[in-house]
Amino acid sequence: MTTAEAAAAPDERPDADPVLRVDDLQVSFPSEAGRVHAVRGLSYHVDRGEVLGIVGESGSGKSVSSLAVMGLLPAQARVSGSIRFAGRELIGLSDRELSGIRGRRIAMVFQDPLSALTPVHTVGDQVAEALLVHGGGKLSTKDATARAVELLDLVGIPNAAARARAFPHEFSGGMRQRVVIAIAIANNPDLIIADEPTTALDVTVQAQVLEVLRTAQEVTGAGIAIITHDLGVVAGFADRLMVMYAGRAVETGPVREIYSAPRMPYTLGLLGSIPRVDVAEKQPLVPIEGQPPSLSELPPGCPFAPRCPLAVDACRAAEPPLVPVTGTGGVAHRAACHRSEELAGDRSAEETAVQVFGAELVEPTDLATVPRARRQTVLRVDGLVKHYPLTRGTLLRRRVGTVRAVDGVSFDIVRGETLGLVGESGCGKTTTLMEILSLAKPTAGTISVLGSTVESLGRAEAKRIRRDLQVVFQDPTAALDPRLPVFDIIAEPLRVHGFDRPHIRRRVADLLELVGLRPEFAARYPAEFSGGQRQRIGIARALALEPKLVVLDEPVSALDVSIQAGVINLLDELKAKLSLSYLFVAHDLAVVRHVADRVAVMYLGKIVEIGDAPSVFGAPRHPYTRALLSAVPVPDPVVERRRERIILTGDLPSPADPPSGCRFRTRCFTFAALPEDRRVLCVEREPVLDAAADHAAACHYPRDSTSLQRV
Amino acid sequence: MTGFLVRRLLNYLLLCLVATFLAYLLAAQTFDPLAVLQSRNPAPPPEAIAAKAHELHLDQPVIPRYLDWLGNALHGDFGRTVDGAPVSAELWRRVGVSLRLFLLGTVIGIAVGVICGVVSAIRQYRFTDYAITVLSYVILSTPVFLLGLLLKQAALNVNQGLGTELLRFTGEVTPNFSGGFGAALLDRLQHLVLPTLTIALGQIALYSRYQRGAMLDVLGSDFLRTAQAKGLTRRRALVRHGMRTALIPMTTLFAFGFGTLVIGGVFTENLFSWFGMGDWLVHGIGAQDANITATVTLFVAVCVLLSGWLSDVLHAVLDPRVRG
Repeated sequence: MTTAEAAAAPDERPDADPVLRVDDLQVSFPSEAGRVHAVRGLSYHVDRGEVLGIVGESGSGKSVSSLAVMGLLPAQARVSGSIRFAGRELIGLSDRELSGIRGRRIAMVFQDPLSALTPVHTVGDQVAEALLVHGGGKLSTKDATARAVELLDLVGIPNAAARARAFPHEFSGGMRQRVVIAIAIANNPDLIIADEPTTALDVTVQAQVLEVLRTAQEVTGAGIAIITHDLGVVAGFADRLMVMYAGRAVETGPVREIYSAPRMPYTLGLLGSIPRVDVAEKQPLVPIEGQPPSLSELPPGCPFAPRCPLAVDACRAAEPPLVPVTGTGGVAHRAACHRSEELAGDRSAEETAVQVFGAELVEPTDLATVPRARRQTVLRVDGLVKHYPLTRGTLLRRRVGTVRAVDGVSFDIVRGETLGLVGESGCGKTTTLMEILSLAKPTAGTISVLGSTVESLGRAEAKRIRRDLQVVFQDPTAALDPRLPVFDIIAEPLRVHGFDRPHIRRRVADLLELVGLRPEFAARYPAEFSGGQRQRIGIARALALEPKLVVLDEPVSALDVSIQAGVINLLDELKAKLSLSYLFVAHDLAVVRHVADRVAVMYLGKIVEIGDAPSVFGAPRHPYTRALLSAVPVPDPVVERRRERIILTGDLPSPADPPSGCRFRTRCFTFAALPEDRRVLCVEREPVLDAAADHAAACHYPRDSTSLQRV
Repeated sequence: MTGFLVRRLLNYLLLCLVATFLAYLLAAQTFDPLAVLQSRNPAPPPEAIAAKAHELHLDQPVIPRYLDWLGNALHGDFGRTVDGAPVSAELWRRVGVSLRLFLLGTVIGIAVGVICGVVSAIRQYRFTDYAITVLSYVILSTPVFLLGLLLKQAALNVNQGLGTELLRFTGEVTPNFSGGFGAALLDRLQHLVLPTLTIALGQIALYSRYQRGAMLDVLGSDFLRTAQAKGLTRRRALVRHGMRTALIPMTTLFAFGFGTLVIGGVFTENLFSWFGMGDWLVHGIGAQDANITATVTLFVAVCVLLSGWLSDVLHAVLDPRVRG
């Protein structure tokens, strides 16, 4: 078979009878910059009972193509090609005809559970509606309601009969996503499309929701197309994988095979760019330079060529078709790359990635070898408490309770050290960070920066301290004033601190170079940069005053995977070069394991475990840390499927009314397994954390530190 | 929820008192009802002026006068006008006139305005949307008195074309009308059409714009997509999931729209020779009459706050998030 013939073949198994077969799908939208070709000739299929993972960066066309399957694209989208569902062509059907298929035979789970449910109807009604709308009048409202309760029970909503009468706002995000899944499986669909179903959720909740999706698949036997950017989720959940780039599939095949031997440099780069939570030794992260191309005016050739280290002239001349790879894979494994053959080999994907893209670890500095006790303490937080009053009434405000956002947190950071602060949303990590940055007196406790206690500072002293304490925010787009050119953004802290003009000009150019941007960029506006570049500008601004401590609030979580690695590497490099200390707040534990020297795990306003990163990740002692680590999906199908998973039940309790004694006991599996007489301690006494220890956990029954086991 | 509404109502009572107190204070401090008497030629004897002042309680300080007025008002006696007639004699007739006009105008305005807004949003950038948009802006930018005059002119043409006086535009009833109950009702209706239309048109134009915006916000929302993914057609998803959600932000608008309408209705009342509350306020200020001014203010305050309260109720009915 020649390449041309292979490309013309619609899919790898033309004789099979898939649930969904998409052929040469094209979707384009009008825009001011001309037509945007969001999907360009996409072909794939989903078999019955199979899970297809669709992976790609934002703008790769993965969501648009699945909305096209659902017929839910906006009216101005132009769709062509073929979408055959159970043998029936969907393109060209009217809204009425499609609505008979949607929800009954194809169901969809969306990304943001907080906005996916109508706020004014009860969840029970919304589930029942999915049944009634396809019931053809034969199903009574009463039966539908009863069935809705069964479904809610199936997806794990406790006390379903009563909760069915509640409104969406009375549910947490994870619970709402369960409701959306209940709606999706209501009519036993043949195909479920899940568009980033867990992206907006915390990792422990993500593990719960994936479990529910798995149950849903077992119950309905449906094929699932799961769209995600998280290669860990795919590794554990999907049978086959399709990697998309610039509106096309660039590699497809069985999950194990692609993870062990990717044959397209982009896939290789993606696999090499993600840090691993399960690997003790620090691996270099592969950055993919550049950014995805604009889909309105694609140059000829492979769209990945400008970012590809292997690109040759042929890559820039013609776009490679998606063809079966030679060698081990057989026809199921296909890649769109002129040089895919050269990627075949025995090495692991990570090794190949490092070799192809060229990544290296930052050499540890001399400072890192000095023991902690002998280094200068940059930040010391002691018994930090921040309470917010809960009030009622407008005319007569009265206090009805207290939100204990941060409730006695102690840690310190020494020079040249990174402390990772991790925990689920609502655990108080952002409040801790804001308290440190505000340089104001907290509700209780003390914060001292470089030895000065912040509450006693005068205005001038506070300003001096601010030079040493800078911040990088999560969302690089919101953190930069869109109306200021980059020069002014970076120069602002320097101006505030009274530097002269020639110095500022030199310094801004230096800073841009330091963060890997060209000094000429100074004249441009933030809108002209990609997310990763904007984050680099944010970092340059934070470094302008040569701070000692940089507070990083989720600095990479808003970035695409391929961009993330570059920013993480930059942070690593800057830390070594400038002897910086970082307070790194993140929910992505893999990233934290990669960057942090020490880790503090927060739960409900308290630190439950603190210690040096290898011990905490390698031998976690607190049950919460163990659960958190086991919930992080590992981007390795072999490891991921073998791992034993601890799935926490329930949601985070309200910080306005924390449980007595140990705050974690309501969700603790160790507590649940204890005999009655030993539980008393957990209920009555709050476990204390020995913050001075090298590795400490606030637990009455911590896992024995001698049984060093990997999670 | 009930507790919340009761508390709100109590708050509003307090606000009513504040409103009337301020209006009374302002009126009593600036008005000089004796000026007319004093400027007469020949000047009346000082005793007569003093007697008038005493009759109007002008010889007392303002606060006791207000408390006096308030105490009586609670018993349904709103004091006397400068001319000596009891305020309450005319009050209820005028209240009836105003409410008939404004309630009807508002209800029609809200209902049609919401429908126009929804249609406009669903047919965004199509002919219907453009037509509704252009018409709304034309109406919004036309002063009420001009709109009323144009409607009068149009009615005149209709009447001439039909050869009978179908639409009437002076007063609320034909003077000295005689006839049975049915005929009287018909007569009143004939008088009601034009002024109600004048008021409703402005309301429709205003609400349709807001409703269109609220609806467009909902059109792009995730839950509407979920509803369609369930198998609802777009139209059904819009009606079942979109409309009610889009109405929530409108409730606040309805309340204060009605309040401003009652005050702004002076033009409409004047134009069609309806002697309602707006007209009375203007008259009261002209006659330097603090009692009339305070009474009309009380009426407006009650209207505004009651409709505010109703909108709270409506908000709670539509939106489960504010309940409980």
